[in-house]
Amino acid sequence: MSVTSAREEIMGRVRAALADAPDLPRPQAASAEVPRPGQLATPAGKPGHTGPGDLAGRDPADAGPRSLVELLAERVRDYRAVVHVVAPAEVPATIAAAVRRQGARAMVAPEGVPADWLTPGVDWHRDAPALSARDLDHVDGVLTTSALAIAVTGTIVLDGSAGQGRRAVTLVPDYHLCVVRTVVPGVADALALLAADRPLTWISGPSATSDIELDRVEGVHGPRTLEVVIAVDG
Amino acid sequence: MRTYLGFPQAAAVSTMDSQLRANLRNATHTIRDKRAAAIGELPDWPGLRAHAKAVKDHTLRNLESYLEQFEAAVVAAGGQVHWARDAAEANRIVIDLVREAEASEVVKVKSMATQEIGLNEALEAAGIAAHETDLAELIVQLGGDTPSHILVPAIHRNRAEIREIFRDRMPDAPADLTDEPAVLAAAARTHLRERFLAAKVAVSGANFAVAETGTLVVVESEGNGRMCLTLPEILISIVGIEKLVPTFADLDVFLQLLPRSSTGERMNPYTSMWTGVTPGDGPTSVHVVLVDNGRTRVLADDVGRQALRCIRCSACLNVCPVYERAGGHAYGSVYPGPIGAILTPQLRGVGSALDTSLPYASTLCGACYDVCPVAIDIPEVLVHLRARVASGPGHLGEKAAMGVAGWVLRSPRRLGWAQRWAVRTRRFAPKRLPGAFGGWTDTRDLPRVPEQSFRDWWRSEGEKG
Repeated sequence: MSVTSAREEIMGRVRAALADAPDLPRPQAASAEVPRPGQLATPAGKPGHTGPGDLAGRDPADAGPRSLVELLAERVRDYRAVVHVVAPAEVPATIAAAVRRQGARAMVAPEGVPADWLTPGVDWHRDAPALSARDLDHVDGVLTTSALAIAVTGTIVLDGSAGQGRRAVTLVPDYHLCVVRTVVPGVADALALLAADRPLTWISGPSATSDIELDRVEGVHGPRTLEVVIAVDG
Repeated sequence: MRTYLGFPQAAAVSTMDSQLRANLRNATHTIRDKRAAAIGELPDWPGLRAHAKAVKDHTLRNLESYLEQFEAAVVAAGGQVHWARDAAEANRIVIDLVREAEASEVVKVKSMATQEIGLNEALEAAGIAAHETDLAELIVQLGGDTPSHILVPAIHRNRAEIREIFRDRMPDAPADLTDEPAVLAAAARTHLRERFLAAKVAVSGANFAVAETGTLVVVESEGNGRMCLTLPEILISIVGIEKLVPTFADLDVFLQLLPRSSTGERMNPYTSMWTGVTPGDGPTSVHVVLVDNGRTRVLADDVGRQALRCIRCSACLNVCPVYERAGGHAYGSVYPGPIGAILTPQLRGVGSALDTSLPYASTLCGACYDVCPVAIDIPEVLVHLRARVASGPGHLGEKAAMGVAGWVLRSPRRLGWAQRWAVRTRRFAPKRLPGAFGGWTDTRDLPRVPEQSFRDWWRSEGEKG
């Protein structure tokens, strides 16, 4: 029984099973047909600059980058994460205050995190060469940027590009401080901007479990504390 | 492996367990309410649901070409694809890969597919330890128990029971362990941390597999999934062939439907997507095992194939009045509840006593269809499967009885005679039917014969004037 024969046999079964099935055309692209928050046309390269339009309970007239940011902040807070909405120039000071409050001494900041974010008095590790999982287990936290964030679901997406680090870096330490600079309305907008060939991590609040009597407990294996700094231009 | 007699026998035991019923009622009603709120936020849930159904149906109709496309994309991204006709073949592939890596243990992400193929038992028989890392799966594994819910496998356990399991079976459990969920979760974290850091091989399932790009998606909450998917050198993912979606953009509709339907959240805490191997980040060796194991048999049934649309959200379990009272174990399968009642007999074939009983483990109330995010008409499939069971030789007695009933009901005179005869002999009426008919009254109360038939009562009322 070679691997090829299993493949051929399964394909043959699939073909036989569907021999009489009627043809089912591919449905129109979801965004063209299903009215939902993520469907708004977001001009490529300018995510976050289109209003949330049909977001439930919101007036499209007051749509704009500001309301998207507010919605994101509200929804990330719902997951019991710490959220700050600041102007881009305030990011370094916000980071300094957050790290001080957390009492973190050793932090990882992957390549690509701006140098002026690296608060003095903290032992910053650059993850180059790569730290082992055990090393990561001994630092207090990690500071990263993000690829984008999704307002409707309160989700932050990391794609491993500059400033975001390897997946392990944002997983093993107990505290994740993350700066968001791009906000999109919905899930569809996010998928349209993301590259499938990069490893993607979608984060919606800190690690949590509801496995014991459906009581939500934050902090199981991922970071116990998620702190988000939203700093969008305009 | 356990032996199951069939749903009626198992349910007769589980419905007597008041602790189980209380645990289940509590849990399912909590999730129900959360789910309703979460889907109420979206402007067009029915539209989203109809679209997801259409995408899945189209994918299944063109499964052969999408499987080919998926395989090519995974290979192009540096991954390896294996094919398994059945559970035994899938397990053998995994065991060979683990042995090749010279590993004696694996860490596992919660996965229905690995449960379905009995992977943990197969690994154990091969001398390989499989460590479940999802908190609920860990509770089940340490308790020597089986899961009873697709999403919350330990839903039948309360905090006091979980504390006892940890104290008895978790060697590194702290001495002062309380039954606070936070304390129990912290104990699990400590217990598993070293396993994650030391693991060389991980095994996962996948919620979705994207044909266009070869991307796999795992949706979870605790971060145990991320640990398994990221830290070990070798990652093996067991994926049912029905998990495909055509394009990366198609994930949109499913990532909106799944968390809101299953946990009632706008989005689950963690979603991981990976495509083959990424140099310098994560496993250096990535394998996908595509599993048939009865799925092509389901695909061949023009009514039953809609069960393959299932995205394992478990919303149907949480609204089912039968599940709520009988519990997941009564279904005798890794897929409990309404979806299990249609999926299991199709995957395995309607051969055993259990599989012939499952299509009857329902009141056909239709609540499961109403909540299904991919619009699987579970009652329709249940009735379809009942017809298949009834066409077997075991129900000749039922057919004879129906024949007599039809003869009586066709004539008002015959019906009146039969009713009067029944009233006169009512004190001899048994509580249970005798012989072969007893099966029906084993799980139902036989209606009491009234003192007077409706027709006679109507006539006497008329005489009173």
